[in-house]
Parts: sequence; C-alpha cells; structure tokens
Amino acid sequence: MELKTASFEKVSTETTTVSGAEAVIKCLLEEGVGTIYGYPGGAIMPIYDELYKYQDQIHHVLTRHEQGATHAAQGYARVTGKVGVAIATSGPGATNLVTGIADAQIDSTPLVCITGQVGSHLLGSDAFQETDIVGISTPITKWNHQITKASEIPEVLAKAFYIARSGRPGPVLIDITKDAQFASLEFSYKKCSGIRSYTPVPEINLLQVERAAEVINNAKKPLIVFGQGVILGESEELLKQVVEKAGIPAAWTILGLSALPTDHPLNVGMVGMHGNYGPNRLTNECDVLIAIGMRFDDRVTGDLSRYAKQAKVIHFEIDPAEVNKNVTADIPVLGNVKETLKLLLEFLKPNKHTAWHQEFKDLYKIEFDKIIKDELHASSSQLGMAEVIEEINNWTKGDAIIVSDVGQHQMVACRYAKFNSSRSNVTSGGLGTMGFALPAAMGAKMGCPDREVVAIIGDGGFQMTIQELGTVFQTKIPIKIVVLNNGFLGMVRQWQQMFFDKRYASTEMVNPDFVAIARGYQIKSNHVSERSKLKDAIKEMMEANEPYFLEVIVEKENNVFPMIPTGAAVSEIRLE
Amino acid sequence: MEKKNFTVSIYTENNPGLLSRIAAIFLKRHINIESITVSKSEVKEVMRFIILVNVTEEKIQKVVGQIEKQIEVIKAYYHTDEELIFQQTALYKIRTSEFEKEWKLEDFMKENNAWMVTVAPDFFVIEKTGKRDETESLYEKLKPYGLMQFVRSGRIAVSKEEMQISGMLEKFNTTNTNS
Repeated sequence: MELKTASFEKVSTETTTVSGAEAVIKCLLEEGVGTIYGYPGGAIMPIYDELYKYQDQIHHVLTRHEQGATHAAQGYARVTGKVGVAIATSGPGATNLVTGIADAQIDSTPLVCITGQVGSHLLGSDAFQETDIVGISTPITKWNHQITKASEIPEVLAKAFYIARSGRPGPVLIDITKDAQFASLEFSYKKCSGIRSYTPVPEINLLQVERAAEVINNAKKPLIVFGQGVILGESEELLKQVVEKAGIPAAWTILGLSALPTDHPLNVGMVGMHGNYGPNRLTNECDVLIAIGMRFDDRVTGDLSRYAKQAKVIHFEIDPAEVNKNVTADIPVLGNVKETLKLLLEFLKPNKHTAWHQEFKDLYKIEFDKIIKDELHASSSQLGMAEVIEEINNWTKGDAIIVSDVGQHQMVACRYAKFNSSRSNVTSGGLGTMGFALPAAMGAKMGCPDREVVAIIGDGGFQMTIQELGTVFQTKIPIKIVVLNNGFLGMVRQWQQMFFDKRYASTEMVNPDFVAIARGYQIKSNHVSERSKLKDAIKEMMEANEPYFLEVIVEKENNVFPMIPTGAAVSEIRLE
Repeated sequence: MEKKNFTVSIYTENNPGLLSRIAAIFLKRHINIESITVSKSEVKEVMRFIILVNVTEEKIQKVVGQIEKQIEVIKAYYHTDEELIFQQTALYKIRTSEFEKEWKLEDFMKENNAWMVTVAPDFFVIEKTGKRDETESLYEKLKPYGLMQFVRSGRIAVSKEEMQISGMLEKFNTTNTNS
C-alpha cells in the first residue's frame, strides 16, 4: 500500500530474515548514520541488544538524560549537515525528548528520533511507561508515525530520513512497539526518493528571479539579510558572490551567523533584538530588502507595522508557508537558495554602494564608542562577558565552532565571536532552550572532530543539563566548556531592571562550586575572576588535549546593548 | 479585516493522525472549527476534509499554507460561501403525541421539504437537507412541539469553479514507475 504514496530507489541489498530491531540498525547503516545518541529502557531493549552486536559499525553515545541526546544529535546535525539520530525508551524517555524535538522543529534541524513503545496489545491501556508520544509530538515534528508491524520498518524509516533531510529540514519521530522490534521480517532496504503528497522544494519561477535582479540592479540602498537557509542550502559561496558582485551590505540573523565570514568587508553585523546598531536602524532606511533564507522572526523584526515598510521586499525562501507569513514579500522567489542564488547571480550587474555602505560604518562607530569599546576593553573591577569572547577569539582566530546556550552570554557570544567558515555557530535560536549548549557541543565535536569546539554557557543554563558532564567524562570528548557565571539569570534580570523596576523575582542564582562539580566528573577544571589571569586561563584551556571546564566569574549586573525592546520598531534600537 | 465564513477543503492520504495534525494547526492559532466532515474522496485512498471556520481572509491564507505543508496533505484550498454550493443534513426525532396537537404530518412534510426516515409507535424521525438557516428554522418550528433529539451534520460542499485537483488525483491512480 505504501508504494503508491511514495517512491523508492531500487537498491541491491539481498533480502535477509531479521528481527525488527536488527532491521532498525540496518536501516540506520543504509542511511549513512555513524553516531547516535540515546538512553535505554524497557521498551527499546531489543534495539539496544542489536546495537551491541553492531557496535563496531555504529557508535552509540549514552547521554545522561534523553534531552541531552536530542541536543547532542542537533549539535551533530548542525555542524555536519547530516541527520542527527536520538533514541529513547517509552514513557518518560520519550517525553524527555520533547524539548529537543521542539527546538529542532523551530530551528529546522534534521533529526530522526526513534522511541520504543509498549507492546501493541497494550496500547491505550495506560501500561507501564506508556505515553502517546505520537500524539504529544504531532505539533512539533515534520512527520511522525507509530510502527506496530515489523514489516513496516524499512519503508517507514526510509521515509523518515527522506522527510527529515529534504526541503526545509526538521525532526521526525518514529515510535516502534516492542513486539514489532521482536518480530521478524524479510528485510531489504530501499531509500525513499519521493512522497506524492510532499513537495520538498517548490518549482523555481525564473521570471521572479529576473524581477528580483532588476529591482536589485536599480536599488540605491539595498540591504541583504541572510539566515540559516543559506547554510541549509549549502550556498555560502553563492551568497558571497552575490554580495560582492552587487556590492550589497549583508547582515545576518542569529542562525545565519557564520554563513558569511564575520570579517568580510560587506558583512555589516547582526540584526535583531540585540543585534548591531547599523543594520537595525538602516533596515528602515533601505529601498530594497533582500531576505535570503530567513523567516522574519519577531526577534528580528520588532514591531511588524514599522518594519521595512519603505522598502521593496524580496524574499528568497524554500518554504511557501513562510512567504507572506510575517512580512509581505513584493517579490517572493521560491526555491532552494542553492539554485535561486545561482540564477540571480547571472542577472545581477556588478555594482558598488560605497556611500550607503559608509552609513553602516558610521553607525558602527557610534555603537563602538558607546558600547563595544568598553565591552571589549573593560576597565571595571570585574570581568565582562565580551572580553572573554574576545580572548577566545585571539586563540581560535575564528576557526572554532562556538556553541552558545541561551541568555545574555548567547547574545554577547553571537555579537563578538569571529567566524571564518560556515557551520561554526551552534545555538538555540527559535526556541531559546537553556541547557542546549553542553550536549550540543558534544555532538558538534563528534561531528567535526578536527575542529575546536568551545561551549559558552551561563550559570543558569549550565545547571539545566549539567548531568551531561557525565557523558563528557565517559566519552572523553575534548570540548572546552566555559561557564560565564554572573550569579543571575542575566537576561531576565536585565528585563526586570529595565521594565519591572529592578524587582529581581527569582532571578538570583545561588550557585554551587562548579569547579568542584566538574572535578567530581574528573574533568580538568579551572576558575578565573581577575582580568590579569584571563589570558593564561584561556591559554591553558585551549591547549588542553582533553575535556576542559573553565568557570569565569563575570560582573553580576551587566546589561546587553544595543537592544530593541518588545513592541519597538527596529529603528528604535537603544544604545542604553 | 472582518471575519467571514471560509470553507477549507483538504485532500490527504488516508493515514490516522492527519485529523489530529490538521486540528492542531487551527488550535495553534486559536481558531474554532464550526463544522468538520471527513470522508473518502472520489479518488481511492485519498480522504477529503471539509472544515468550516469563521476568520479573516488574512488568517485563513496563513492557515491553509501551514496545512499544505504537512507531509501527508496533498492539497488544501479555501472558499467563501459565495464560491460554493454547500449543504448540511439534520435529523429531528419528534414525539408523535406532542406534534399531532399542532400539525398534520403529511402536510407539514410537504410544506417544509422534509423526508420521513422512520416511524415508531411513540416517535418519528424526519430529515431535512439544506443550508444552515433552513435546518435552523425547522428546528425552531419543532422545538415547542415534542422535539426529543436533534443532530446536524457537518457542511459538505463543492466549488462553483473547476478544480484542478481531480486531474491531479487521477494521476495518482497510475502506478509510479519513475523514482
């Protein structure tokens, strides 16, 4: 029955009789999966038993919480572009995946999550560790399905991987009952090549590309805002060529960061709530706004009724539902940017916008004098977050992968970290999940073992997934973990200071001795609070060949600026 | 923008869970579903949803976009009342003794374009198909005269304009030979 609704490639694997559980492992191998993250339990034991037999072919990382497994799989997927895989048992195991799945959904990360489920004869009877995870995950997955018969496994998993990685990527959850894992089937694998009701990439309308090019060629003050779509579409080089050929200043969203090197002459900085002064102000001055692979998130647009109203908006986007969802596009250009940017490049005329570009530089100078200068070369008695990032930059020279958690430190890390190549910034953008960074950093390092991975985490977020230090210790994965400790839930405290008359309700953190905890997990650790010792502390961390934990005590009540308060227009971005 | 009636027609694969997915998209935007009918379409294995909501056009455009995005949704459309021919059916169960105080059955049925479904010793059930105001006015008439039970079906509708979907779905019936 499935064959009519989906098409599969002919693959020459001979048919073998295996158990459902073994079939799952074989499917993962056929899809090129090398590393998976998970946590065992009753309902998924048959699969773990097979994993044991295949341990030389598939590497399973035991995390300390299923949420850690999903974030690790996300980190892995973000840096490699491959599908991240997380597995868990039924009941609480499955529900612990929910946060990570929701995070992957909103940030378009390709993920396949496999959960064990109670035996099919027990479904709906409130059995031990039974939850309706398919029902629970429906709104946060691109697709999900429950398998009750072993024979369904190969086709369903093939569809799962196809759906997760195609078009706009996203998470897929497959729930497999225990009896389906035990039962046997005649296994042969065919990769999915199409599903009749699903169009991953819309057809390109060449006329729209030409129209876009014409508008861009005639623009006097064009501004490019690029997002993660450039990275997902593997079109970083094309973006650079478009930017350079047409001489257009380009700004990035938090998930587009690193698609264009941070020191590129036409890279004018970050847009959004805590972005740079220039691109936010000048969004409301440009005559053509070219949005590439971004979705006009509310953190980026501020008050929509006063966002780029004066400009012609061109929207390069793969998901038709995103076009005109938040911002009306005068010229929507549907398709994968990998193709549409290539076509655009042909129609673009070489151009320069020196005076317009200078406006960005002038505004940057104001931001630098008012904010950045003091952040990077602080003279206060306590360390600031930005100078820590800067010191790390001095070491990594922009080649490391920076994984940030959520909060003030995330904004500071994204504003100040240097990036030379793509897929170097890993952070929870759309969902803002605290606790993301530590497990995601593990996944990132396992995905790119030859690159340096530095996790920047706040004292709040660190404690949300602190148990993953156990995974770090067990796997000996050599990531650098930096906790910027200000003793507060900084971002909320900033809002309480600015908008709630400094009523610090439940934002003060009484923290434990983090260094002692890290040492308890047998991870090399250090602690620094003085400016004079910072350089050496970073040096020791970066030179270590093993996992390393560094706690940096930073100023308790510092605020991140610039800022666009909720409800304000992007041009109302505040410097203080 | 004012709110008006929009009928959303959705063609999907026949898989459980789609009803839940589609309902969730309305729920996410806090839209109440006025009526919903799901049944097999004219093409084998393809289900058709007809959902009636009362929202602004701006909102329904975005909702329909998000419905079409779902993997097993083939196509989704929306129409206004003017663009459709729509009907719904209502059943009325009536206590014979109360009813006969006011009306003669045969005359009543003819005047109101209703059909007899079943007759029992103490009650009878009639059916009326029409637009909502027609079934509604019959309800109001019968309410004081022994109306025991009343149920209304969801709206079913066909569009006035020609729909491309039929041709598209016909293609599905042929086996897929290219990958």
